[in-house]
Amino acid sequence: MIGGLFIYNHKGEVLISRVYRDDIGRNAVDAFRVNVIHARQQVRSPVTNIARTSFFHIKRSNIWLAAVTKQNVNAAMVFEFLYKMCDVMSAYFGKISEENIKNNFVLIYELLDEILDFGYPQNSETGALKTFITQQGIKGQTKEEQSQITSQVTGQIGWRREGIKYRRNELFLDVLESVNLLMSPQGQVLSAHVSGRVVMKSYLSGMPECKFGMNDKIVIDKQGKGGTTDDPKKTSGKQSIAIDDCTFHQCVRLSKFDSERSISFIPPDGEYELMRYRTTKDIILPFRVIPLVREVGRTKLEVKVVIKSNFKPSLLAQKIEVRIPTPLNTSGVQVICMKGKAKYKASENAIVWKIKRMAGMKESQISAEIELLPTNDKKKWARPPISMNFEVPFAPSGLKVRYLKVFESKLNYSDHDVIKWVRYIGRSGIYETRC
Amino acid sequence: MEWASQLCENRGLGSKMTDSKYFTTTKKGEIFELKAELNSDKKEKKKEAVKKVIASMTVGKDVSALFPDVVNCMQTDNLELKKLVYLYLMNYAKSQPDMAIMAVNTFVKDCEDPNPLIRALAVRTMGCIRVDKITEYLCEPLRKCLKDEDPYVRKTAAVCVAKLHDINAQLVEDQGFLDTLKDLISDSNPMVVANAVAALSEIAESHPNSNLLDLNPQTINKLLTALNECTEWGQIFILDCLANYMPRDDRESQSICERVTPRLSHANSAVVLSAVKVLMKFMEMLPKDLDYYGTLLKKLAPPLVTLLSAEPELQYVALRNINLIVQKRPEILKHEMKVFFVKYNDPIYVKLEKLDIMIRLASQANIAQVLAELKEYATEVDVDFVRKAVRAIGRCAIKVEQSAERCVSTLLDLIQTKVNYVVQEAIVVIKDIFRKYPNKYESVIATLCENLDSLDEPEARAAMIWIVGEYAERIDNADELLESFLEGFHDESTQVQLQLLTAIVKLFLKKPTETQELVQQVLSLATQDSDNPDLRDRGYIYWRLLSTDPVAAKEVVLAEKPLISEETDLIEPTLLEELICHIGTLASVYHKPPSAFVEGSRGVQHKRLPARAGSIEYVYPMYSSHQQRAALATAVYLVHLQPQHFYLQPLATSVDISKICSFCHYTSCINSPGLAATTCYFSGSYVNIFSNCKVLEIPSIIPLISSAFIHWKHFIHFSFLYQPGGRTEVQSPQPSSDYSERELGGDIGGSPSMGAGLGAAPAAMPASLGGAPAVGGGLGDLFDLGGGVGMPTGSYVAPKTAWLLAMKAKGLEISGTFARRGGIIQMDLSLTNKAMSVMTDFAIQFNRNSFGLAPAGPMQVLTPLSPNQTIDVSLPLSMSGPVMKMEPLNNLQVAVKNNIDVFYFSCQYPLSLLFVEDGKMDRQVFLATWKDIPNDNEAQFQIKDIHLNSDVASNKLQGSNIFTIAKRTVEGQDMLYQSVKLTNGIWVLAEMRIQTGNPNYTEMELSIKCRAPEVCQFVYQCYELVLKN
Repeated sequence: MIGGLFIYNHKGEVLISRVYRDDIGRNAVDAFRVNVIHARQQVRSPVTNIARTSFFHIKRSNIWLAAVTKQNVNAAMVFEFLYKMCDVMSAYFGKISEENIKNNFVLIYELLDEILDFGYPQNSETGALKTFITQQGIKGQTKEEQSQITSQVTGQIGWRREGIKYRRNELFLDVLESVNLLMSPQGQVLSAHVSGRVVMKSYLSGMPECKFGMNDKIVIDKQGKGGTTDDPKKTSGKQSIAIDDCTFHQCVRLSKFDSERSISFIPPDGEYELMRYRTTKDIILPFRVIPLVREVGRTKLEVKVVIKSNFKPSLLAQKIEVRIPTPLNTSGVQVICMKGKAKYKASENAIVWKIKRMAGMKESQISAEIELLPTNDKKKWARPPISMNFEVPFAPSGLKVRYLKVFESKLNYSDHDVIKWVRYIGRSGIYETRC
Repeated sequence: MEWASQLCENRGLGSKMTDSKYFTTTKKGEIFELKAELNSDKKEKKKEAVKKVIASMTVGKDVSALFPDVVNCMQTDNLELKKLVYLYLMNYAKSQPDMAIMAVNTFVKDCEDPNPLIRALAVRTMGCIRVDKITEYLCEPLRKCLKDEDPYVRKTAAVCVAKLHDINAQLVEDQGFLDTLKDLISDSNPMVVANAVAALSEIAESHPNSNLLDLNPQTINKLLTALNECTEWGQIFILDCLANYMPRDDRESQSICERVTPRLSHANSAVVLSAVKVLMKFMEMLPKDLDYYGTLLKKLAPPLVTLLSAEPELQYVALRNINLIVQKRPEILKHEMKVFFVKYNDPIYVKLEKLDIMIRLASQANIAQVLAELKEYATEVDVDFVRKAVRAIGRCAIKVEQSAERCVSTLLDLIQTKVNYVVQEAIVVIKDIFRKYPNKYESVIATLCENLDSLDEPEARAAMIWIVGEYAERIDNADELLESFLEGFHDESTQVQLQLLTAIVKLFLKKPTETQELVQQVLSLATQDSDNPDLRDRGYIYWRLLSTDPVAAKEVVLAEKPLISEETDLIEPTLLEELICHIGTLASVYHKPPSAFVEGSRGVQHKRLPARAGSIEYVYPMYSSHQQRAALATAVYLVHLQPQHFYLQPLATSVDISKICSFCHYTSCINSPGLAATTCYFSGSYVNIFSNCKVLEIPSIIPLISSAFIHWKHFIHFSFLYQPGGRTEVQSPQPSSDYSERELGGDIGGSPSMGAGLGAAPAAMPASLGGAPAVGGGLGDLFDLGGGVGMPTGSYVAPKTAWLLAMKAKGLEISGTFARRGGIIQMDLSLTNKAMSVMTDFAIQFNRNSFGLAPAGPMQVLTPLSPNQTIDVSLPLSMSGPVMKMEPLNNLQVAVKNNIDVFYFSCQYPLSLLFVEDGKMDRQVFLATWKDIPNDNEAQFQIKDIHLNSDVASNKLQGSNIFTIAKRTVEGQDMLYQSVKLTNGIWVLAEMRIQTGNPNYTEMELSIKCRAPEVCQFVYQCYELVLKN
């Protein structure tokens, strides 16, 4: 299991050091600094073995988090734990920065004592942790409160405490998708997928039982078969999507999903990620990028890029940014664009073209002339792909929320009393077109 | 008060108060000041002081001097302060054991606290205080906490048992905590179950055979129930534990799989991977025709793909695992090629791993896409990545025949870029393509030759030289090209030198008239001016071949090469199986078994996949490249178990030359260094067969066999056998790189029909070579050392047996045997490096033993032993070491040291090692001595199943210095009187009776008399060994 956990600043100074196992000595702290943080060549793996000791590291801005072990630990678990550790810290004190860590080091030690015991991760749900790790002591708690805390921390529903009350029962569902594309210069889709998340903010009283439904092809098809009275046209009219795979927050009953494909759960209080999913079929690609790069002699490049929006004209895409890479030996750039603003950023070796808003089924174009310095470099310019960023108000996968039902038998509110909000946001993931 | 208000502020959004100030105190006299503050009456001041102490501790300052003062703050009802003090205590208790006792009372008291959080805190902390004296006091509180009413305390206590076990395992067992822990598996609270499982699994790891976890269907059921309810981490503990279970049958296996599959949808990647591990393992037991088997296979792909959208570090772990899964079950991901396409912004470690998997998944169906991608990658910036991409193109060509042409033209395009490392990498892979598709793409040779000057890496130079040599007849200026390399011969790396030697010999055989001078030049460079034994040996062999039988030389050197196999760098199947059992863990990331990187007893246990019913396959006749490894690995294993049965029967007893040829052919086809190492051992044992079955009487086969063995350095052993009486010191020739090994093996091992007639041999050859002065001398030096010592059959040398296993010695594997050669005792060792890093600095030492055996000199391992390499060493032994009687008498305890560690093993030497050459006793003395030794000292033995007559037997025995003094025949029995003298001067007398009337000579009776009767048993063993072999 995890033998120790260290946090360093960018210089390699230790901010937090907690050792859980006897086989990890103080020299491990230095070994990581010398061999990884100060390494002459950047380390090429997140797992490093130094003198039969394994180091797992992740970086958050300029902070290094490293877990150390001498055993054959579950590597995936260690990384998951490190991410979780970051989530917990962020939930307590915001951004993970050197200043924040120094300011909260006592709290961090307290958390580390709680969520990692002898190197075994324990309950790390912030909701539960916040009930008893407060740094204010727990003197005032009554016996009932104490046992409530412990039963929550260890219980089946470790993510939610009992007795939550809201005057207004409300929930927000965000379907957040990032659409990824790799397209050849000729416009052929090399790979495309959507990775989506359903994020829920729940402000519900009691221990509500929820059921979430979406236009999952498997479910829809099954219902279509079952209900004979349904008009076949009607069911086929319903657009359904094929989900390649999905994963759920631990509150979702996985065995039920496995057998009935229904998503039922008791939600945590506040914001959390209900599910993640991935689709690859019938993706709506919101933009199409058509590049044209022409080399005019050895010292000049002509670039023309057309973007086309491909969604309902009534919808508006926002925060559109096209990034056209330029060679390292660029000496000057002249840009003309029909819409938005374009600038050559020498430090980033790219022309950045920004458009605030663009409606569906429109087209826009940029052309640029790039002057090059003559070089002796034999190696050809690698032509990195043109990348794009945007945000659209729909789900490129086609996912639709069909329902989210709330049942709370003990309290006197019903599904109809709950105010529900649903929002769809599609963002660009890695959206690249080779040129 | 001020502090408190600051704290509250701290909790607010804009934290103005900073704990960070504690990090900045560096002034002198700090400890003194802190001491005063710690003893302050004010609570807040105390707390502040403890915080400062902890901050100092964090940055590595020694604040242990404050121990008593900090511990004094422990008695407080302020939980925050208490936690801080505990933190300090955990860090320093070990260095101040006496004072740590002061804390015991508080722990005991806290374990009774009404607040469960405080009880748990106490039990959690006290387990972290690693002081022997304290642990005893903690047993009672721990026992109570294990049965606490509150689950939070119980789950903490469960882990505490593991902590205590780590400090004092005996105490935990004596106190019966293990049973309590087992009971907790049935606890009502899922988290208690999970922690108990984790603790038990860990304890069980250090007791490999204890059956501590005692997994049975009932407990499995409990675990599966808890699996649905516990935290994500708990699910991982349970799944990892489940993976160790062996279901009784396929039905149970299926029902577990069914209950584990829902975990594949968990958001936590570690849960998913652990579930994959359980499924991959239990799937082994399901019949392949079962519907469920297919369903399960389909269910595995999507979650694996989803792992690739996790954070990059997790992607890396996932990709390393997918690499294993793809090798084990390629069908799972065969349609998912696209998801492994490299993204421009992927971290380099993700890119390299994806590339690996892409090659593994490449098939005819997707090759076009893959090639387009690879071409794209070859223009990227990162050198390692580009190289790997170029290499991948070559591998695609070899794997998918239809794509070969496109691959070659892509590679040519890349060569045109003139980017140095791209060109070199491309040439290396093109060489492999030539070997896979001979006579197809030679038109590109001209282009390759243009780039000769830019090659500066040994591998690329060697590849280019190979190409020039192989296609010498098509390259007009081949001699010039090779000559240009020859100028700096001694500055080249071994790999290039060996290749150059072979290439020039090939050239000579193809164009003998123009290149005589060149070949003589290279032969003399290799044999006379080089101190590399590998190179010298190869030089001599060529020389000898060329001078004695040019026809054979041509047949051998220019033999048709076996095609190289499609799949290279696959993980060896037994290792792969073990790694599959470790999915998700570090072992799967490193692709090494845990024993390679975990110290001590943990992880040494090798995990195996459950056996599929009815899958026992006959190993020998498997020739397909894919199965070779498996077959050989099994074969080696069998040789260990039943040496006579395995190799003698199917191959050698029949003296079936064609079979031996095919074996030689077969071993030389191996083009993986790892496999060659295994074969090395195998062929080592094999030499003995040749000596036994008299294959050697057929001269034409000699070069053939020798060529097959040459790259495993057994040639010298072999030539010793071929030249009776000849003897040579085996001075551990330096192993060549795997590249040259495979080349040479391929070049001369692959000629199955030696006796076939050959066209006109180049007439000029024998003359020119005969004229070279070094031929006779050089070879004579090598072979005629013994000068005809009277050893008709030679003393028997047992095949090497494994003495030290790699898993016990951090990757070093040692096998060996003992030999007495012309009065010199030698220990023949094969050292194999099965670890991932280079081994150097070998040394050997013996413990005191019965006859004072000791190394006569240091062990000569001149070059570092790289991974997967084997080296043979002959260590001369003397009898001058210290003496101590051992049990058994012939036991020898050995210590071998290398740069990693010291390893100990013991082995037993045959007593015949100590039989001296002048052990023939005078007849009269024999009679007198026989009478002189009391009859109590006489021991009787029987040797069965011997098919030898007395003459053959006595001849054989004489080879091992057991001398027959007299023989008489009485009543159909031959009576042989024999004497043996040991190195320490002890005489052993023997009377051997052989039934002459019985044509089968099945039984011999042996009476042995000696003044030291304990020796008799071992002398008898020698008789048996010698006579039966």
